[in-house]
Amino acid sequence: MKAPSFAYARPDSVAEALELLARHGDAARVLAGGQSLLASLNMRLSSPRLLVDITGLTELSGILVQNGVLRVGALTRHCEIERSAEIARHVPLLAQAVPHVAHVAIRNAGTLGGSIALADPAAEYPACVLALDAVLVIAGTGGERRVPARDFFRALYTTALAPDELLLAVEFPSLERGYRSAFVELARRHGDYAIVGLAAHGRVEGGKISDLRLAYLGVGATPVRAPRTAAVIEGQSYGPQAVAAAQSALGEDLDPSPDLYHSAAAKLHLARVLTARALGALVQ
Amino acid sequence: MSQAPATEIETTFVLNGTQVTRRVPARQHLVDFLREEMGLTGSHTACEHGVCGACTLRVDGEIVRGCLMLAVQAHGRTVDTIEGLSDSGELAALQSAFHERNALQCGFCTPGMLMAALDLVRNRPDATRAQIRVHLSGNYCRCTGYHAIVDAVEAVLEAQRGRAKR
Repeated sequence: MKAPSFAYARPDSVAEALELLARHGDAARVLAGGQSLLASLNMRLSSPRLLVDITGLTELSGILVQNGVLRVGALTRHCEIERSAEIARHVPLLAQAVPHVAHVAIRNAGTLGGSIALADPAAEYPACVLALDAVLVIAGTGGERRVPARDFFRALYTTALAPDELLLAVEFPSLERGYRSAFVELARRHGDYAIVGLAAHGRVEGGKISDLRLAYLGVGATPVRAPRTAAVIEGQSYGPQAVAAAQSALGEDLDPSPDLYHSAAAKLHLARVLTARALGALVQ
Repeated sequence: MSQAPATEIETTFVLNGTQVTRRVPARQHLVDFLREEMGLTGSHTACEHGVCGACTLRVDGEIVRGCLMLAVQAHGRTVDTIEGLSDSGELAALQSAFHERNALQCGFCTPGMLMAALDLVRNRPDATRAQIRVHLSGNYCRCTGYHAIVDAVEAVLEAQRGRAKR
C-alpha cells in the first residue's frame, strides 16, 4: 500500500525541530531512521499530518565516553553501534543485542533513539536500557530532562515522551569491574521480531552471580524486569539448582500476554529457556 | 538548509552518477519515485513494509530498503540502483555467477538479492557460507531458491579470494 498524504519538514536544529513539534502537537511525528514509521505509514496504520525529519541533525548522532558514562546520540544507527569499539568495551550488552535487530539494510538506516522512542514491546534496545538502568535525555521547548529507563516505558507504544519532546541521547553507565552481560532471543527467522528475548546484566565473581538485572522483551506491553528471579539468584553459584530456582521464580515476575502464534504458557516456557541460556552465558 | 512543512518538495540527488532534480510528493517512497518518475523498474516493490528486500537500493554506498525511505530524503545524497550498477559493470561477476548457478527462477527477488550480495562482496570479502546466509536473510525468494543463490555468492567470494592470493 501507499502512505496517506502528509507534509514534510526538515529542521536544521534541535530548537527548530522542537518548535515544529510544539506547533503541530499530536498531528506531527518525528521521522528518524523511519524503519518502523514508514512501514506503518505504508500500511496506513498511522496518518500524521506532518513528518519532522530530524536525520539532518548531526549533533544527535555519535558516541561519547565521559566520566564513566557512555552517551549515545539518539540518531546513532544500528550499523554504527555494531561497529563501535567503545560500545563493545563499555556497553557489551548493546553490542550483543544489535545483530538481532532486523537485517543489514534496515540496520543501515534505523536508529537507537527511534527504537526506544517507538517502544515496540518486542524490540531489543528497550530491554537493554532497562537492564542497564540507562538514562534517557529528553528535550522540550522548556529545556532538557533526564528520565531513568525504569520510568520511561509506560504502556504499549507509550513512553514518558510528550508529543512536543525529542529524545536526544541515551546515557549508559560504563561497564564496571566484574560485571558481565548476555543478550539472548528466540525468533522464527534471524532478524524477525523476537518471540521472547532477554537482556541480562550482573556481577559474576568466583562463579557467584549478584546484582543481576533481567529485562525480558516480547512478554508484555513493555519490557519487563524480573526482580524476584534476580533475588533468587543473588549470591548463588551457577549450577543446575540455581538455574531451576530462577526458572521457577520467573512465574512470579512474568505474566506474558499471548500473541497471534504463541500462548502465554508457551511464552513463559520460552522465557525460562532463555533464562537458563543467559545465566550460562554470563558465567562462561 | 531547513525545509519548511510542504507536501511537495524540490529534491536534488545523484542517481546512478547523474544529478536529478524533481518536485516530489512528500508521501512518495524512493522506489515508487524511481519506478514511476524515472522509469527505473529494476528495483521492485512488493511488501512495501520493509520485510522482503525486493526494493534494495544503495544510498551513499550503503544498502537500504527503498520502500522505507521517502524520495525527499534522497535530497543531497547518492543513490545507486540495479540499473546503474549493471551498466557500470560492478555487478558483472555476481550476475554471471547467478546465471551459471541457476540462482534465479522467476527473477522477482533477483535485483534485491544482487544489491544485498554486492554489499557483502564489497565489505565482507572473507564471509563464510553461514555469514552469506545471515547477510541475505533480509531478502526473500518466494521460489525458495536460496541454496543456489548462496552458491553463486560463495563462488564470487572464492574467486575474489583466489585473485587476492595470487
